[in-house]
This record gives sequence, C-alpha cells and structure tokens, in this order.
Amino acid sequence: MIVKGEYMNRNLRWRVLLTLTVMAVALCLVLPSVPGIKKTPLGKFLPDTAINLGLDLKGGIHLTLGVDVDKAIENNMSSMGQDIKASAREDDLALLKPNLLPGPRLEAVLIGATKQEAFEKLLSKQFPNLRVEGKENLPEDRVKYLLSMTQDYKKYLSKLTIDQAVKTIRNRIDQFGVAEPDIRRQEGNRIQVQLPGLTDPERAIAVIGKTAHLEFKIVDDTVDPAAIKQGLLGPGRELTVMMQRGANGANAELPIVLKKDAVMTGEYITDARATIEQNNNQFAVSMTFNSRGAKIFERVTEENLKKRLAIVLDGKCYSAPVIQDKIAGGKAQITGSFTQEEARDLAIVLRAGALPAPVNILEQRTIGPTLGQESIDAGIMATGIAAIAIIVFMALYYSTAGIFADFVLLLNIVLTMAGLAAFGATLTLPGIAGIILTIAMAVDANVLIYERIREELRKGVKPLEAVDKGYGKATLTILDSNTTNVIVAIILYQFGTGPIRGFAVTLVLGIIMSMFTAIFVSRIMFDLYMSKRKADAPVSI
Amino acid sequence: MSFSFIKHETNIDFIGLRKYAFALSALMLLIGAVSLVMKGGPRYGIDFAGGVILQTKFNAPTDIDKVKKALEGTNLPGLVVQQMGKATENEFLVRTSTMDESSANIQTTATKALDEGMGGVKYDFKRIEMVGPKVGENLRGKAMEAMYFAILIIAIYISGRFEHRWMAAGLMAAGLFGGITALQYFHAPQVWLVFGALLITLGLCFFLRLNYALGAIVALIHDVLITVGLFSIMNKEFDLTIIAALLTLIGFSLNDTIIVYDRIRETRSLKTGDTLPVIINKSVNQTLSRTIMTSGLAFLAVFSLFLFGGAVIHDFALAMLIGIVVGTYSSIYVAAPIISSLAVPEVDAPAPAKGKTRTKTA
Repeated sequence: MIVKGEYMNRNLRWRVLLTLTVMAVALCLVLPSVPGIKKTPLGKFLPDTAINLGLDLKGGIHLTLGVDVDKAIENNMSSMGQDIKASAREDDLALLKPNLLPGPRLEAVLIGATKQEAFEKLLSKQFPNLRVEGKENLPEDRVKYLLSMTQDYKKYLSKLTIDQAVKTIRNRIDQFGVAEPDIRRQEGNRIQVQLPGLTDPERAIAVIGKTAHLEFKIVDDTVDPAAIKQGLLGPGRELTVMMQRGANGANAELPIVLKKDAVMTGEYITDARATIEQNNNQFAVSMTFNSRGAKIFERVTEENLKKRLAIVLDGKCYSAPVIQDKIAGGKAQITGSFTQEEARDLAIVLRAGALPAPVNILEQRTIGPTLGQESIDAGIMATGIAAIAIIVFMALYYSTAGIFADFVLLLNIVLTMAGLAAFGATLTLPGIAGIILTIAMAVDANVLIYERIREELRKGVKPLEAVDKGYGKATLTILDSNTTNVIVAIILYQFGTGPIRGFAVTLVLGIIMSMFTAIFVSRIMFDLYMSKRKADAPVSI
Repeated sequence: MSFSFIKHETNIDFIGLRKYAFALSALMLLIGAVSLVMKGGPRYGIDFAGGVILQTKFNAPTDIDKVKKALEGTNLPGLVVQQMGKATENEFLVRTSTMDESSANIQTTATKALDEGMGGVKYDFKRIEMVGPKVGENLRGKAMEAMYFAILIIAIYISGRFEHRWMAAGLMAAGLFGGITALQYFHAPQVWLVFGALLITLGLCFFLRLNYALGAIVALIHDVLITVGLFSIMNKEFDLTIIAALLTLIGFSLNDTIIVYDRIRETRSLKTGDTLPVIINKSVNQTLSRTIMTSGLAFLAVFSLFLFGGAVIHDFALAMLIGIVVGTYSSIYVAAPIISSLAVPEVDAPAPAKGKTRTKTA
C-alpha cells in the first residue's frame, strides 16, 4: 500500500505526536531512577517512583520459612483434650485424661458405659470440629473413644496458623526496624521474607525464627536434677535445661526439674523492654502484663512464696529467681546474662508475640552491599558495551537505516526502564541480562525489516515501495517470532523466584516495547527520510 | 556506505547436507550423553541439590591452599573451595553440600575456622546462600515443569499458527493431558513425567502429521540437550539461572526456526511448482543473511555480558552463548530438513526414521 503524499503527511504528524508523547512520559518515569537527580532543580517536577532494585542488586536477606503447621494442629488438639475433660466434669461425666496420639488423634476413656449418650451429645454440641472415629468397650464398664479433627477444621487451623505467623513476623520485623520489608505467604505452608539492607542473617533469623513461647513454671527443688534420668521423673514433672553464661562468655546448659504445667504464659505481655540491671550492670528484659495477666501473676507468686519461678522460653529456662514476696503491678524481669543485642532482640520478640508454631529456615540468601554494587556496576558496563557494539555495527552495516535502528534501540531501552518503573517491577541482575538480550531482539526486528527491504530492492522494486513491502511483510514474521519469546518469558515468570522473575519481566517488557519502537517508530523515521527525497532516489540501507 | 556479509544470491544445498548435519548432531548428543552418564547426571548447584555457599573476600593477599587448610578441620559436608575471578581479588567460593535445617550453624563453623586458621586476615562474606533439601527438590520439580510447559505450549502454537490446524493442536493438548494424568495416576516420578510428556508430544505430532511442530520441537530438544551436555563436559553447575538461560534459548532458537518456517510457508504459497526440498533450500538461503546477522548481534550482546557482567551471571551468559550457536545451527540444519524428511510424498523415505531415532537416543 502506497499512500499519497498529503494523506501520509497528515498521518505522519499524528504518529510523530504520539511518539513524542510516549517519549516524554517514558522520560518522566525513568529520570527519577537516575542517581542524584532529586537534588537538581529538575527533581522537583519528577514523580517519586524510582525503579525498585532487587535484593541481588541492593543487598539484603532473603528467607524462606517453613511453618510447622502440624505442630500447631497438635497443640490445638492437645488443648482441646483438656477442654473436653473440663466440660465433661461440668456435666458430671467421668473421663480419664485424654491422650494425644499421632495423627493427631485423641484417645478419651469414659467411665460408665451408660453415660455414652450424654458424652456423645456433649461432643457434638461443644466440639463440632471433632468426630468420633472409633469406639471400643473396655472392661470395668469403660468406653474408649478415638477422636479426630474434621478436614475442614484442619484446613481452617493451618490457614489461621500461617496468617498469624505472617502477622507476628511482620510485627517483629517492623519493630526490628527494616525499611520496606516484603513478607508474603507462599504455597506449601511457607513464608517468604525479604529484608533489604540487612547483612547479618544469623541475627535476623534469631529474631524472625524464634517461636518465643514464654512460660512461667515452678521449679521442683526436692529432686536433684543431676542424679535422675528422664524416665525416673515423678508425675507432672519435666527435665529441661537452664542456660547459664560462664565467665568466658560461652553458654552452658545445666539440667533443672520443673513442674510440667505452666502457671502462666506470655500471652498477657503488653510490653517488653531491654533494661540494664542497677546492681551488676547486666542486660535484662523487663515485661509488663495486662490487667488479667497482672492478677494471675499476683496469685501465682502469692501461692508459691519462697519457691523458684522458672522463666522458660521455647523449652529452655533462662532464669529461676526465688519468689521473695507476692508481686503485684504486673511486671516481671528475665535476667540471663544477655548481651545488649540479645536483650534488645528478645524484647522485640516478646513484644510482637509468640509464633503460633515453630518455623524452620528452608532457604536463606544474603547479598552483601558490596556485591550488590559490584553487580550494578558490572551490569551497567556489560549493557553499555553491548549497546555500543551493536550501535556501531548497525550504523556501519545499514548506514542511514542503521542509525534509525540505533535511535529506536536507545528508545527501546528507555521504554523498558519506564515500563519497570510504571508497573513497580523489580530490576534484578538477571533482569539486566534480560535488557541486554532485549537489545539483541529489538535490533532483530529491524534486521528482519531491512533485509526484506534489501531483498525487494534487489528484485528491482522502487525504493518507496520496497520500504513499504519490507515493513508489511516483516511485521507478521516479527509478531510470530516475538510471540514465542513472550510465551517462554511468561512461563519463566510463573516458575521463577525473585531474580529470575526480574529477568522474565524485562524480557516481556523489552519485547513489547520493541514492537512499538522497531515497527512503529522506525517507520516514522523512514517516512520522514523518504518524504524529503525523490521517489526513486536510492535508499541508504 | 552499507555492506553485507552474505552474498545475496547464496544457494547452499542445506537439504543435501542434512546427512552430515544429522551425524554431527548425533555425535554432539552422544558426547553429552556419555558425559552425563559418566558423571551420574547433571551437576546440580545448591539451588537444586541444597547446600551452602559462602562467597568470601579477604582483605589481604591469600592463596587458596591456605583457605582450604583453615577449613579442613571443620568436617563440613562436601566442602569445596574455589577461587573467584582474578587471583589478586582474594575472593573465594566456599561450598558445602548440605544445610542443616535448624539454623545457620555452617556459617558459624566456617567463621570460627577462618578466624582461627587465617592468622587474623580480615574477611567478609559478600554472599551467603543456603538452600534446604526440600526447597531444592521443589525447585527441581518446578524447573522440569517449566521446561515441559514451554515445549507443550510452543508445539500447540506452532501447529495452530503454521498449519492452521488448531483442531489437531487441541487434540494434541488433550492427548498429552490424558497421558500425563495417566502417568500421575501411577505415581510416576517427575523426571519420568517430563520425559513421558516429551515422548507423547513427539508421538502425537508425528501421528497428527504436525510436521512443523515436530521439526521445531526436535530442534528445541536438540538445543537444550546439547547445551546441557556441553555444560556437563565443562563441569559447570546447574542452578536456577541456567534453567532460565535454557528456557530463554528455547525462545531464541525458536525465533530463528519461525523465521525460516515463515519463509517456507510464504514460498510454498507462491505455488512455483518446486518440490518441498527446493522450497526449503530457497527459504533457508533467503533468510540466511538475517539469521546470521541476528545471531551474530545476539552473540555480541551476550558476549559483553559474559565478559563484563560479573561472576554471578557468568555461567548464565555462557549457557546463552552456547545456546545461540547451537540454536542457529539447529534452525538451519535440523528444524527445516525435518519437515522435508517427514513430508508424505517424499521419495527419500528412510530419512525420517534416521532423524527421529537419533534424536531420541539422546
């Protein structure tokens, strides 16, 4: 199709206008990402949205945490067992203490076979989330029940556990003071945490990964912990370890025997702070309880005067002071010869609350800030050299047409960056590789068109018509070949983790932008160039 | 003034050369396969195998033996120390093969050993990566899945686009879905699933006479396998970025293949009365200058990444470089000749069997 001059010129005006508008918008989006531009007078007029850099470029910690949902379900089942026993007692039903079995299932033994109906009614009324899996008559007029959770309730519990874990972790990170953390759920009971700017993974893991299940238990000093073995403990007792820091700073663990049932837990904590003890200048953590917790604490301390109260965190005892007097006012302190950092981190963890279930570190990637900066420098270097090599080559190989291709190539890079800024996408190191690849692919579109034009010219077609045919025939081919690249990039996005996703994003953006620059914009340049010359003057291609 | 590398009227008999090309491909595939078998499969990086990497930079000149010696006593599982970059940079990669699930103990152990064994030379971990076995296993499965989906969707797209046989393409998708569901029913392991899926795709393409798709897929598998084989020979590791490179090279190699196919379709529609091999030869020759230009430019760009992009992206660039060369070769010498070999009225009957079995043995 050859259009008549006047129509073409009118049409051309609109196309030039559109291109200039796109370029202006793109510049507005890209310029804020240029370092130092905010300080120049121009900075005032630019939007604030700079391109996000991935952790591999700006440094930071990436963690994948696995939440032990099974443990949370087990805990829930176990506490439901205690509730069943309590409810049964209220209804005058005699029940042996329910046993937790793997699965998890509960084994409850009812005394008095005639009470079966009443017990089952109680179960279905007050514990609709449990179902009776099996029932067996035992001697001595007893009935054994096997109870399990409904699937729906299990699902609900695991969702609740993960949600709560995400919330707690977010709380802790916020208090830890990280700028722009990213915390999100992943499939398979996993949580992904990104902490830009942090470089000490051990400390971050200590804050995020600590379950922080705080319990207060009474110490049983009537038995010598060193003399007994696990199996010889009396009923309702447990053997744990007491953490002690020796003079050389190394931690030692000493055995200690506690009463198994906790007298109070950390759920009543409203505040926790790292403090320095006046008498020995050691760091400690002081906690404040809410009014209900304060009441419980007062009662517990009153009932256990002169006994030792163990403060147990995640199954380890940190201190066990003797209760000298009843403690009112809802304050308590954990001493355990902490370093300042440990005390501060423990306070954060207690303030933010316990995790509903233990978490495991499944994956940890830490990029130091120097490596990040090196990667940025290397990326810019590689992109620059690739671009210059291609630009020089194209100009030599296709002369004037090559210079058009070079211009749209630069435009393509700017537009791709603008796309990253506009969509709030993240630029990663593979993302920079994606830009380099896009440079090659964007030129390819022009190569296809130019080779086609050359071919037509060789056949003796007039220049204007050859340009037209070249663009016309090559456009479909370009669409076809780019489609497969987009398909692959989308699959990459689906499967990839952070950095790879950055690669897929720049690839897709670059390809889409190249359709605009290589087909649309370069055509405008050709049309402008051709309109100034005689119809059969030779084309510089 | 402009110039060109390729004389505009090349007339190379690519179809005639296909026997040599097939033999060369078969040889490359065989060498790769032998290397893979001898080394017990691809060498997985920590992304897939799990483990720990500590990229350690020392502030003073240090040689690798000293670092090795310092870490020797730690009994870290599968410990490997590698020099990174130039010797003057004093940078080393410390690797272990497993990560314990509970904490960052390996880092602590290594820190202690380096503090004691390096005579007080200051150092800094520039990068710490720990991948647990579960995550590694998941990533491996996902990578396989991604490869398989890429090839399937591309097969459907090419069949529909080039032969206007969306019905057949749909049939293939359905057949493949059925086959995979059946395999899943028998709890086949993931690797078998992917291989099963590839075989089903190839088989269906063959029986539904989707020759373009078959040619393209054989070429893609050819490219991926040769790249994987060369990586195995060079003892390079497979990690997430390498999979990304393989997927990208699928897209790139296909790009070339499609340009050639497009020209074959166009030439065919001109109804010149030429036989298919002649048409294919013409088409490949006509697109040759473009193919070489594009691949050359892409090679140039990625070569810059390879040279200047830094250690982290080095192997990715290497995989792409190999892929660009192999992909360009396969578009010309594998994808196009296969269409000719498979076309029904061809006199040259025994060729398809050869081409097919050779690719399958890989």
